[in-house]
Amino acid sequence: MNRIRMPDTKRRAGATVYIVSIFLALLSLLPFWIMIANATRSTYQIQQHAISLIPSGFLSNNLAVLNGKIFNPATGFINSLIISTGATLCAVYFSTLTAYALVAYDWKLRQPFFTLILAVMMIPTQVISIGFYQFMYRIHMTNNLLALILPSIAAPMTVFFMRQYMLPALNLDIVASARIDGAGEFRTFNSIVLPIMKPAMATQAIFTYVNSWNNLFLPMILLTKKENYTMPIMVSLLKGDIYKTEYGAVYLALTMSVLPLLIVYFVLSKYIIAGVALGSVKE
Amino acid sequence: MRQSGNRVKSVSYAKYGYLFSIPFIVTFLIFSLYPTVFTAIIGFTDFKGVTATAFHFLKDPFANFVSIFNNVTFQNSLTNTLIIWVINFIPQLSLALLLTAWYTNRSRKIRAQGAFKVLFYMPNIITAATVAILYAAIFGYPVGPVNDILQSLHLTDGPFDFTTSPWGAKLVVAFIQFWMWYGYTTIILISGVLGINPALFESAEIDGATPSQIFFRITLPCMRTILLFTLITSLIGGLNMFDIPKLYIWNGGPANQTMTASVFIYAQAFSGTYMYNRAAAASMIMFVIIAILSVFVFYLMRDKYEANAKRRIRREKRRQRKEEMEAPVQ
Repeated sequence: MNRIRMPDTKRRAGATVYIVSIFLALLSLLPFWIMIANATRSTYQIQQHAISLIPSGFLSNNLAVLNGKIFNPATGFINSLIISTGATLCAVYFSTLTAYALVAYDWKLRQPFFTLILAVMMIPTQVISIGFYQFMYRIHMTNNLLALILPSIAAPMTVFFMRQYMLPALNLDIVASARIDGAGEFRTFNSIVLPIMKPAMATQAIFTYVNSWNNLFLPMILLTKKENYTMPIMVSLLKGDIYKTEYGAVYLALTMSVLPLLIVYFVLSKYIIAGVALGSVKE
Repeated sequence: MRQSGNRVKSVSYAKYGYLFSIPFIVTFLIFSLYPTVFTAIIGFTDFKGVTATAFHFLKDPFANFVSIFNNVTFQNSLTNTLIIWVINFIPQLSLALLLTAWYTNRSRKIRAQGAFKVLFYMPNIITAATVAILYAAIFGYPVGPVNDILQSLHLTDGPFDFTTSPWGAKLVVAFIQFWMWYGYTTIILISGVLGINPALFESAEIDGATPSQIFFRITLPCMRTILLFTLITSLIGGLNMFDIPKLYIWNGGPANQTMTASVFIYAQAFSGTYMYNRAAAASMIMFVIIAILSVFVFYLMRDKYEANAKRRIRREKRRQRKEEMEAPVQ
């Protein structure tokens, strides 16, 4: 019906949508493509033409420049891996447990507790970082990766989303029948509730992992020893003077920090996009 | 008999609610509440110096707050934060709304929508530190891809320095923020539209409304809550903007081109003279601003979700009553 009414304007409008969409898609890709191409080019080539979409053959030279300098992708990768994995396991497991306490049991302080979680959900760690740092300094936990892992046991945002997912997903009759079969409460949670919560846990795990991996502020103030640096701290070092003239090497270092993320993203993109959509305030 | 048995059980299980909340509560008290109180206390003291551990309360308890409020750099950092947020958020929301209108248009299905969304969102998951340094290289001076393009198109005579120019630097940081976040906002808004009752659109279509009428008269009004939510969470995120302004130009630049509130706090506390007290006072000011903003989010969330939860509980109770009434018959 619509097609008969105004075919020309419709087709043009359709073309605009695709042109803008493709432009934006290129805008997302181009910086990374320039980065990857320049990672394989020599500093001299980059100085002549800073923009090139065609890779060159200087990858190993650039790698040699990075070698022995302060930027150490292997150390950064391992530290980030330890922190992000630990933080994700803590956040996802304990948030589900807390959500279960909020959903399955009728206790007096349940509502006030949930209100507290909502109230502190938006408070970022950055504004309490001075007290956090001084506290960690006093108990000798600066340069201890646990200082970045343990706090995620209390992740209000994750608890909130777990609760929202659990309310319709968990049938309390199943819990009740497990009780009749004589299962303990903790065992019921581990063997019956956790499997039901798997989809929500996967979504939250992805976001906790990415956030923890990308975090710069807290690791930067807590970790002062080189062997404890995370990937983002390693990357921030590239701003230093020793890399001022090593364009190719800087691009290569950036590429090394981005590639793992890009691979994981494209593998999991379907779930990530669905997870972002789920996180919005909708019915 | 069965009924009374149930009641006894539901009372005795309450303790597990407390038990299972203990890990969260203990961690929260240690790693969130205590640091918050500690930060507030430091704000009233003379605590500074890199290795210092002892501190005393000031005679004039608000001295740090007064000096922070009168600090030109702090004032600058607040204005910068606001400027960068505004010139990033207005185009970001406009583009996200436009894409939402296109992608949710019911009379025209966009092909490869999934792929576009994946690409639009991609910059959001990349480490902000990496993005900042990558853009510093791309907007490099005197040689960099952007300056290359500008000169080969003869838009500028010589290379343009995107770091020393106060507006140039802010524009780049705002552009990076825009580039990283418009995809996120778009996905949130699209999912908001998909949550609207389709009957509304159907009846509007039957009444002969055009797509733009539908968008402005139905879609937008239905999304008031979600738009407000996006606005406030973006504002809170903007107030915390750290990685990009800190790394695009080291520590916000010598002339404070990209000095934002978070960069200011960091620079006060962890460089130079290590003014923990001043930084703590600035943190508390930010804390109060963010707390006020999050009160709005709190009410938005609570209204939306509690209404649903209450409905659900009522339904559940009704169902239980019905079952209990039916049980003796069996």
